[in-house]
Order: sequence, then C-alpha cells, then structure tokens
Amino acid sequence: MIPVEYFFILSGLLFFIGVFGFITRRNLIAMLISVELILNSVDINFAAFNRMLFPNGYEGMFFTLFSIGVSAAESAVALAIIINVYRHFNSDQVNSIENMKL
Amino acid sequence: MNYNDFLKMIPEASLVAILIILFVSDFVTAKKESRKWFNPLACVLLFINTILCLTITSSENAFEGMYVTTSSVNIMKAILSMGTFIVVLQSRVWAEKSGKEGEFYMLIVSTLLGMFAMMSAGNFLMFFLGLEMASVPLACAVAFDKHSKNSAEGAAKFILTATFSSGVMLYGISFLYGACGTLYFEDIAANINANPLTIAGLVFFFSGLGFKISLVPFHFWTADTYQGAPTTVTGYLSIISKGAAAFTLLSILFHVFSSMVEYWHVMMMIVIVLSITIANLFAIRQNELKRFMAFSSISQAGYIMLSAIGNDWTNSVSSLSYYVLIYIVANMAVFTIISVVEQNNNGKTEIDDYNGFYKTNPKLSFLMTIAMFSLGGIPPFAGMFSKFFVFMAGVNGADINTKMGVWAYAVVFIALINTVVSLYYYLKIVKAMYIKHSDAPLPTFKSDNNTKFALAICTSGIILFGVCSYIYEWIAAAA
Repeated sequence: MIPVEYFFILSGLLFFIGVFGFITRRNLIAMLISVELILNSVDINFAAFNRMLFPNGYEGMFFTLFSIGVSAAESAVALAIIINVYRHFNSDQVNSIENMKL
Repeated sequence: MNYNDFLKMIPEASLVAILIILFVSDFVTAKKESRKWFNPLACVLLFINTILCLTITSSENAFEGMYVTTSSVNIMKAILSMGTFIVVLQSRVWAEKSGKEGEFYMLIVSTLLGMFAMMSAGNFLMFFLGLEMASVPLACAVAFDKHSKNSAEGAAKFILTATFSSGVMLYGISFLYGACGTLYFEDIAANINANPLTIAGLVFFFSGLGFKISLVPFHFWTADTYQGAPTTVTGYLSIISKGAAAFTLLSILFHVFSSMVEYWHVMMMIVIVLSITIANLFAIRQNELKRFMAFSSISQAGYIMLSAIGNDWTNSVSSLSYYVLIYIVANMAVFTIISVVEQNNNGKTEIDDYNGFYKTNPKLSFLMTIAMFSLGGIPPFAGMFSKFFVFMAGVNGADINTKMGVWAYAVVFIALINTVVSLYYYLKIVKAMYIKHSDAPLPTFKSDNNTKFALAICTSGIILFGVCSYIYEWIAAAA
C-alpha cells in the first residue's frame, strides 16, 4: 500500500503550487484556478487521512464531499463577480482593476 | 437522527422563517409602488428575531454534538441580530433606490444565518459550512451595486481572498484531522497535544479566520472592499461579520486549542500589536471616509482580539461580546451618517466634504462627534468602558513574574498608547466638521424617519450602554 506520507507530500506540493499561483498570477481566472488547487490539496489530505489513518469512520470523506460542493458554489459566485469586473474594466488583469487608490 | 433536535435551533429556524417570508413577499409584490412596507416588514421580523434570541437562555446540544449552544453564544446571537436590525433599518432609502430591496434583505439574512451556524458549531464541518454560508452571500452583497466600478472591484478582491483564506483554513483543519482523527471540537480538545503537525494546523486555521476578522498580516482586501462596497454593506461587514468571526475564533482557541495555550498566546500577541499599530498609522493618512473607517475597523479588530490573550474564558468572552455590542452601535452611527451624506452628495465620501458640516447640519455632526468619541474611547461614552473591559480581560490571570505575563502587560500597554494615536485621527473628522472652513459646505438636509430611528438607537446605545453597568453584568453573568 502507498504510505500516507506520499499523499501528504502530494497535497503539500499542490497546496504550495496553489499559493504560489495565487500570489504570482495576475489574471483573475488563473487566481481562481490556483484557489481550486488549494482546495483539491485539502480534499486529498482528508481522503488519504481517513483511508490510511482512521479507517473506522467516514468523517474525512464527508468533509471532502462538502468541501467540493462548497467550493463549486464559491467559484460560481466568483465567476459571476469576475464577469461583472470584466464588463466594467474590459480586462481581467489584476493590474488594470485599480480604480481605488490611497 | 432525532428530529426533535431541530426544535433546539430556534434562532436559526427563525432566520430561515424570515428568509422564506421575505422571499415569498418579494415574489408576490412585483409592483414597485406596493413595496413601501417591505423594509418595515424586514425590520419587524429581525426585531422579533432579536427578542427571540434574548429569550433563549438554555444550553443545548443537538445532532450528537454537531450543534452546541451555550448562553454566551445566545447572547452573541442576540447582539448580532440587533446589529442586523439596525443595518436593515437604516438601509431603507438606499435599498429602495436600488430597486432590489428583496434580494438585499435576503442576502443579509442568509449571511446572518451562516454566522449563527458558525458560532454554535460543535464540529469543524459545521463550522466550515457556516463560514461559507456567511461569506458567499456577503460577496454578492458587496457586488450589489452592479453599475459601480468600485463595487465590482471590491467584490472581486473580497471573494478571491475569502476563497483563498478558506482554502488555507481547510488545509489547517485537515492537519488537525490527521493528528486527532476526529472533527468534533470536544474530541480534538481531548486528543490534541503540541507537535509540529498541530502547530502548523493551528497557524493555518488561524490565518483563515484572520482574513475574516481582517487582522494585520491578512488585511489587504479590507480597504478596497470597504471602500467599494455600498455603504450599508460596509457597515454590515465591519460589525456583524467581524464580530461573529472574532467570537468564533475566541471560542475555538479556548475550547479546541486549550492545551496549546502558550503557542496561540504568542501568536495573538504579535498579531494584535501589528493590527493596532499598523492600522492606526495607515488610518492617519486616509482622505476617503469609508477607507478611513476600514483601517479604523482593522485597529478595532485588534482591540477585540485583546480579549483572547487573557486566561479566563468567562472574562474574555463577556468582554468580547460587550466590545462588539458597543462597536456595533458606534460604528453603525458613523455609517448611517456616511450613508445619509453620501445620498445628498452625489455618492462622494471624502473627508474634505465634511468641512463646515456643523454650520449646515449641527445635529448630525453632533451625533458623528459622539460616535467618534466612543470609537476613540473618550470617557463618558461607551467606547471607553468596552476598551476598559477588554484591557482587563487581556491581563486577566497574567502573572508579572513570568515571561508571558510581562508580555501580556506589554501588549495591553501598547494598545493603550495606540488609543491615544487613534484619538488623533478620530478627532480629525471632528475637526473637519467643526473648525475647518468650507466655501461650499454640504447643504442642510432632512433625513427620513428610518435613519432618525436608527441614529436614535445608536446614540442612546453609545450614551447608555457604558453608563448602565447592568448591561455588562448581564453579559458576564450569562457567559
């Protein structure tokens, strides 16, 4: 069986790729995709921990299902807002949506 | 599953009923003229909800520990419900002008429902669902003004940071699950001990909630979102959302991470000092009133979290609830006035627009002054008492002979010095209204009855909540 550390490393990698993407990408859609990566790493963690370490219950699996559902709802709202931003600014680049400044 | 458990969720059930009533009445009254009663309806329903929350005093445990209420949670629910009542009360003119008042009230009530679920969670799953239920409709509310560039920009920043922070927080929760094998607060508290995994989990979890409370290393979205959002929503964000998240953070720190207290005490101290100091320094140089209030609210968040460095749960939670109560009335007074002025000033909210405000609108500027004094903590007003209790809770149980005790005193002392700094920028507004001269001051305007009523509630709260010691005693007795 694959040891749990491998899943942990995979999810850690995914998480930091997501964080790195969120910080460096200048495109709203790409930032949203990076956030999805973070959420996927969380799902991997929960599923792997549940299967490998605590196989007596299904708490982690349930959490994964809920987290997938909620992140879908979140990205629906985020996409709607990004479309609204695009209508106003004709761009989805972070640098160009700076209407408010100090 | 025991269906009787639903009967224990009275505040949530009442909010769901309010949602359904609002939805149906929005649905059946398509004509614009027949909507005059819509705002009074929402106000009355929320008022009933507040009373309902006040009448519940029992501690409940439903769904095998998924949903837990204690009397301190009930009091916090009543406080937040009252705050929402004030927000809805003063939003009438703006909401009717937008033509979508039904949607606005539904969004607000559903975020409140999410916050209630989050506050009385007994399991991280329930907590997460409540948090998301609160933050997703809130993003819609920030983006409510569809034709405003600023609203869209603020909403984009809000939703991206909200999803990012909830992702980081979930990663921390997954660590806790890996370490303890359970998601129930009680079981985690029984199993947890400090090791690198749980400490990483604590930090990730904290940074997720820190975004919601907008403490300093996580505050970057605050200024833009507060400025861009419609003024009513900004008020809601700065009091209700912040208060609920702060309460939840405090209760999770005390109840789940109780055996790691030395770690999160250090963490909270650093974050509090940073929040208060940096937010104060930024607030000084703001020229836009809503942006200014955003930085003020970051620094107030630091003061709210001061209660978390104490050692005594009862003291901490009662001082936090009291602080949030006072903060709600003081901040809502300010935002109500900003909203009135904005409607009569073509949507502009610069501080310079308030020059000579006293000459044309003496009553409003007087109320604004009282609210600013309360936010700054000048004695006869309630803000001073709330700050006093928070400071007291911060050093509660701190032993001056130990290192942590000295640090606790140092943090409270820094907060005290920062109060003086904050007086400078709060009084800057007062100076603009009373002393600065303007060639074209704002015209004299009359506000509508709803605004007057909301301002009356806020002002009487600012004056009475501090002087009547009964209120703090009541909160402390229940906590």
